[in-house]
Amino acid sequence: MRGPNDVGGTPDGPVDPEPHSLTFWEKQIDALRGVIGGKKIVLTDENRRYVEALGDDVYNTLTYYQRWTAALSRQMVDKGILTQDEIDAKVAEIRARLAADGELDVEALAKERL
Amino acid sequence: MSGGDHDHHHHDHDHCEDDHCDDPTHHHGHDHGHAHAPPQPDDRVSSYHQILGIALKELLIEKGVVTPEELRAAIEKRESASPADGAKIVARAWTDPDYRRRLLKDANAAVAEMGVPMTTTHLVAVENSPAVHNVIVCTLCSCYPRELLGLPPAWYKSRAYRARVVREPRAVLAEFGTKLPPDVEVRVHDSTADMRYLVIPRRPAGTEGMSADDLAALVSRDSMIGVATAKAP
Amino acid sequence: MSALRTGDYVIVRDDFPPGHVRTPVYVRGKRGRVVRKLGEFQNPELIAYRLEGPAKALFAVRFAQTDLWPDYRGPRGDTVDLDLYEHWLTPAGPEPEEQQA
Repeated sequence: MRGPNDVGGTPDGPVDPEPHSLTFWEKQIDALRGVIGGKKIVLTDENRRYVEALGDDVYNTLTYYQRWTAALSRQMVDKGILTQDEIDAKVAEIRARLAADGELDVEALAKERL
Repeated sequence: MSGGDHDHHHHDHDHCEDDHCDDPTHHHGHDHGHAHAPPQPDDRVSSYHQILGIALKELLIEKGVVTPEELRAAIEKRESASPADGAKIVARAWTDPDYRRRLLKDANAAVAEMGVPMTTTHLVAVENSPAVHNVIVCTLCSCYPRELLGLPPAWYKSRAYRARVVREPRAVLAEFGTKLPPDVEVRVHDSTADMRYLVIPRRPAGTEGMSADDLAALVSRDSMIGVATAKAP
Repeated sequence: MSALRTGDYVIVRDDFPPGHVRTPVYVRGKRGRVVRKLGEFQNPELIAYRLEGPAKALFAVRFAQTDLWPDYRGPRGDTVDLDLYEHWLTPAGPEPEEQQA
């Protein structure tokens, strides 16, 4: 009986000691989260609460910065800064833009439904 | 709580990010003017959440919640902080006994003295000795002394590290190539609150007379997290 | 405010309150020893919901690995330190053998 983030002492596999540098996208999310935090629009513990609220399946499926993105998105809606409709429309717009530019990995995206 | 009005200690303690906060007025101890790597055009977008992240960024800029300049500055700040900052603090502690005492007593003041202030959290320096080896984790999220070490490596945030290092620290250390004798106490620090931890590794043998700059090159990021020891000269 | 002092033995509350909590499950109900008082801080369990409340004393508490994990395979001296808020800590008596000493 524990939150999805509370993993201390649970079984897991070997640690991969390679550092793996961040992608530009990950850096952008880190920076976005930092700037929003600096303005106190989102507090650290609030953000943690939203990450934890993703639940086990989503928490364990998403990567670290994907979790932050999901939590941030939900918080922007709950705080009235963005609406879900605005977000959905922007996602559709960007998806179309990326597809037109050949920057969408369609196969990988399809796998997300599995 | 309605914002940042609470006071404890005498610190203005902002809760704003997992590991630290971006105060646009705060300048890091040094500013590298180097150009950053541009986005990798070959990396195609492969997940909904990547698109969502881009959407949030664009919407928040359109609404004036954040500016592109703020985001650029925040990225630059992330790229300029590196384990070299922590390493110079460790090297000074090795070579300056008074500084070592100050660092162990009040780490926030001691690192600020070296031009690397903590932004919102409280640093605690823990020193390795012949009897004790310290290792840092945050089992609940990814708390990390970013000011001194830069962004955490992927493994530090991984489920495997967070899950296992509190239960089988010697096995995890061995996966990093670090084997400790049984008479050394392995002390794991799980950063559950507002403290951030920095390990002062043991100074390697054969480094007598080396300058602080040369010693700093022996202090790896992993040795300051505690999964490794400092490099031999 | 907590009267706990460095060296005191404590037992971590064995509760599962809903919401955002910074006391990992693996130390709940376990016995440890205060190694350092870290100051007073706003309670993250309230901050997470933008609620206000009194500041809480925060303590570094040391646990023996063999107390956390009955099957711990390493040396008996290995330990874990965590930073825990006062409302999670109940004072506990000294070890029985220490009482006799």
